[in-house]
Amino acid sequence: MQMRTIEIVVGAFMLAGLISLAVLAIRVSGFNVGAETNTYSVYAKFENVGGLVVRAKVSIAGVIVGQVAEISLDQQSFTALVRMEIESDVDQLSVDSTAAILTEGLLGGKFIGLTIGAEDTFLKDGAYITDTQSAIVLEDMIGKFLMKQF
Amino acid sequence: MFASIRHLGQYGIDLITALGRAGSIWWQAIWRRPRLANAHLLFRQIYQLGVLSVVITILSGFSIGAVLALQGYNQLVKYGSESALGLGVALVLVMEIGPVVSGLLFAGRAGSAVTAEIGLMKATEQLSSMEMIGVDPLQRIVAPRLWAGFISMPILALMFSVVGIWGSSLIGVDWLGVYEGAFWSAMQDGVDFRSHVLKGIIKSIVFGVVVTWISVYQGYEAEPTSEGISRATTRTVVHSSVAVLVLDFFLTLLMFNF
Repeated sequence: MQMRTIEIVVGAFMLAGLISLAVLAIRVSGFNVGAETNTYSVYAKFENVGGLVVRAKVSIAGVIVGQVAEISLDQQSFTALVRMEIESDVDQLSVDSTAAILTEGLLGGKFIGLTIGAEDTFLKDGAYITDTQSAIVLEDMIGKFLMKQF
Repeated sequence: MFASIRHLGQYGIDLITALGRAGSIWWQAIWRRPRLANAHLLFRQIYQLGVLSVVITILSGFSIGAVLALQGYNQLVKYGSESALGLGVALVLVMEIGPVVSGLLFAGRAGSAVTAEIGLMKATEQLSSMEMIGVDPLQRIVAPRLWAGFISMPILALMFSVVGIWGSSLIGVDWLGVYEGAFWSAMQDGVDFRSHVLKGIIKSIVFGVVVTWISVYQGYEAEPTSEGISRATTRTVVHSSVAVLVLDFFLTLLMFNF
């Protein structure tokens, strides 16, 4: 085959590869360039995080405002310390907000739901949410229910 | 008794020698980057290895995507969660089936051709005549093929995934009636570019390197008889298919945080 034809076909092949990459990036993974939005960290301690995982979403009224960045054990109180990254344009969370670990549907994953309080002062970077509600562990609930019965 | 131990030792030494030879061929060839002056050699190889594999890749990708949609729908509809079909198919294709099956196809379609070609060049003493007139066969024959495999394989895997997802949407959305919005939004929500697509691409690059490496080595080391070439070609397909599947396991173990 002519060298020129080969060059054209190979060029088309490479182009098809780039287009495939673009389709996978935009259409399939919903990748938006510059997704690194500015965030600030808020901490919360939970008795039990259940099945919460890193990168689980943090939502207010069902709207996603951030994600779980880190889950570690607080050695002093032996509770779970969760670091959340909240988008910096959501900056009016009052200091008495509550954080609860909720479940998406019956079988879905765990996420953190924030409920806003009434104070006029707002959570800053590195602040702690004191009022928390742990994940509901099904086994515990069944256990309590059985204890009541007997 | 002693004879069998000696055979075992001989086999072990042969195996290590083969690995060493393969490694040194790869190492020497990979540094002989195709220069601009003989870029046409690289283009010709990308055409031979990549472009000619496009049709088989697209056909297989479409069929596998369509089958995944059919089977996945049958299972998911029992739990009323058929909207997760897009997510499931896309994840499976991008992370696993895309790179692995296109790697297997690449081994069968392109790897065997490379081995046969180089083996025949060796049998007809083209390689030694090249050396005699001062042309380096590693530079002229081996290096362009290695680089072409390195470049073509990820492109083929990407095409495979895209066509597969398209096929699954054709079956799932247009035929079985999964709600289109949920199909695509669940997919976009669950598939992450960095942690899924990029890792699939890394896999396919590794497969491309390994498959072309095995085929070039088998061709280079083939016995210069017609029987030897046929054996080498078979070995290429077998070894590269096994290598792709085993490497896939270890790459998954490495990259997806287990």
